[in-house]
Amino acid sequence: MPAIKQKQLYYDMVKQSAPKPRVWRNTFWAFVVGGLICLVGQFIIVFFRTRGLDVNEAGAATSATLVFLAAFLTGLGVYDEVSRFGGAGGIVPITGFANSMVAPALEYRAEGMVFGVGARLFNIAGPVLVWGIVTAWVAGILYYFFR
Amino acid sequence: MQFFWAFVVGGALCVIGQLLMDLTSYKFTPAHVLVTFVSAGAIISAVGLYQPLVNLAGAGATVPLTGFGHLLAQGAINGVKQHGLLGAFSGGITAAAAGITAAVVFGYLAALAFRPRS
Amino acid sequence: MAARQKNGKQTVWFQNPPVIISAASVVGSREGEGPLGKTFDRVVYDTYYGEKTWEKAEQRMMLEAMQKALEKANIQDSDIDFMLAGDLLNQIITANFTARALAIPFLGLYGACSTMYESLALGAMLIDGGFAERVLVGASSHYCTAERQYRFPTEMGNQRPMTAQWTVTGAGAAILSREGSGPVITHATIGKVVDLGQGDPQNMGAAMAPAAADTIISHLQDTSRNPDYYDLIITGDLGAYGKKLAVQLISQNGYDISERCSDCGILIYSPSQDVHAGGSGCGCSAVVTCGYLIENLISGKYKRLLGIGTGALLSPCSSQQGETVPGIGHAVAIEMR
Repeated sequence: MPAIKQKQLYYDMVKQSAPKPRVWRNTFWAFVVGGLICLVGQFIIVFFRTRGLDVNEAGAATSATLVFLAAFLTGLGVYDEVSRFGGAGGIVPITGFANSMVAPALEYRAEGMVFGVGARLFNIAGPVLVWGIVTAWVAGILYYFFR
Repeated sequence: MQFFWAFVVGGALCVIGQLLMDLTSYKFTPAHVLVTFVSAGAIISAVGLYQPLVNLAGAGATVPLTGFGHLLAQGAINGVKQHGLLGAFSGGITAAAAGITAAVVFGYLAALAFRPRS
Repeated sequence: MAARQKNGKQTVWFQNPPVIISAASVVGSREGEGPLGKTFDRVVYDTYYGEKTWEKAEQRMMLEAMQKALEKANIQDSDIDFMLAGDLLNQIITANFTARALAIPFLGLYGACSTMYESLALGAMLIDGGFAERVLVGASSHYCTAERQYRFPTEMGNQRPMTAQWTVTGAGAAILSREGSGPVITHATIGKVVDLGQGDPQNMGAAMAPAAADTIISHLQDTSRNPDYYDLIITGDLGAYGKKLAVQLISQNGYDISERCSDCGILIYSPSQDVHAGGSGCGCSAVVTCGYLIENLISGKYKRLLGIGTGALLSPCSSQQGETVPGIGHAVAIEMR
């Protein structure tokens, strides 16, 4: 049998045998967990607003607070359970971003403060910052030329 | 009412992330979800469609990483408005500085304070 | 001219089948709480095992498994001619650093999760070839060290698909000897690297099943045996879905092994342990073989078994560069005489 045909046949076999991801269940919990994290964020925003911060300041303070909470829960070994259960509900909010920084930094601490903690903080945050900053920069440049 | 929309919009954005993970190839990892969300947020924000969502849902739109992209893009655009071309370079990170600094500092401190479990 | 002790393309047979005179296993808590918990020599509940890093913990487990095997055989490390061992970590540091602690001539092996069976096959060849009286073999893996090397840091939140497997924390070691009592190794079938184009690092069973099937079929053909010659045909770590695929591939070649086959990765955990498709890693086939399988050969539950160590030959680099995952399977026929 030619190799390509054999691979195609096997590909079909694997596709048949592998269980489908539990999309409905995963989606439901992603909605609930993600929604709850945003709801907590909303409470924090309102709290800072009542303390007299303006919209932008309250937003920044809320981000910082959520990041702190996520870093703390990651250190306690709780946040990975949140994402294991909630999937994207735990990954997509800024708390997931914080988790993706703390987790590798924590784990690679044995490799030292420079190459361990220092470098690994940006394992996943690095790509996120690169893509975010470049996209925003392009937006700024386009705005400059085409406003 | 904003609390309701914060829950629904925030949850819905996470559902999009979940579907991206479950229904695409295994090559699309959680890291890819984060990167996609930041860039998508910046693009949607640049064409002016993200701010209405923030007005409606508050944290429901700012807490997911699309909100981070929105912050960066609005920062760059406002930078251009105030400082011209140079603003495209300085505006984005300036706007997102609090979140980035918090993540770096708290991440660093957590790495010092805790030991990983399995 | 064909080699004197070789049958067919891949199988060697032993004139004086080397004896497995002792075997020992050390495992982590999840394995200890699993259905085979009682068959292991030691269960370690702390993932660090009192050490500073998980890597050091894994080394300590391998060292203890080897010392335990020596103790059970009632011999010293100076009685051993060669040590053959391997693990999953980069540059096989667990095996290398364990060998540093034992003053035994050492050959490091890497066959991914098939390493235990690679070491059994090579150890038996060294003995039957007249190059050694006694050989110490072993392999290990640790959930936390493997996870961060191959996938994500353990504290990072992500969802594992149902096809994902759980890396076994554990080390197994055995002593092969030209003389002595115990189960004997009669044949070894060295696997070819087989790749049917699977690339999903979260479905290793599917990547390895073709290699396992290829080796089992070659073994049966080379030895002119039927599957019913064996009481048990057991693969290393194909998991629930990989095993199904292997059985299917083998039946397409005219052999039915479905009634007498099993998989170490399926046996080691119970479904309630939320490990999804089953166990994996060098430690998986190592501790199940050195614990459960040897124990049941000695007790007489099994008379003849064919074990197939299965390995997925990927690296984080090859995965990120979009390469598919080649697999390998080494089979060793063990009999109680």
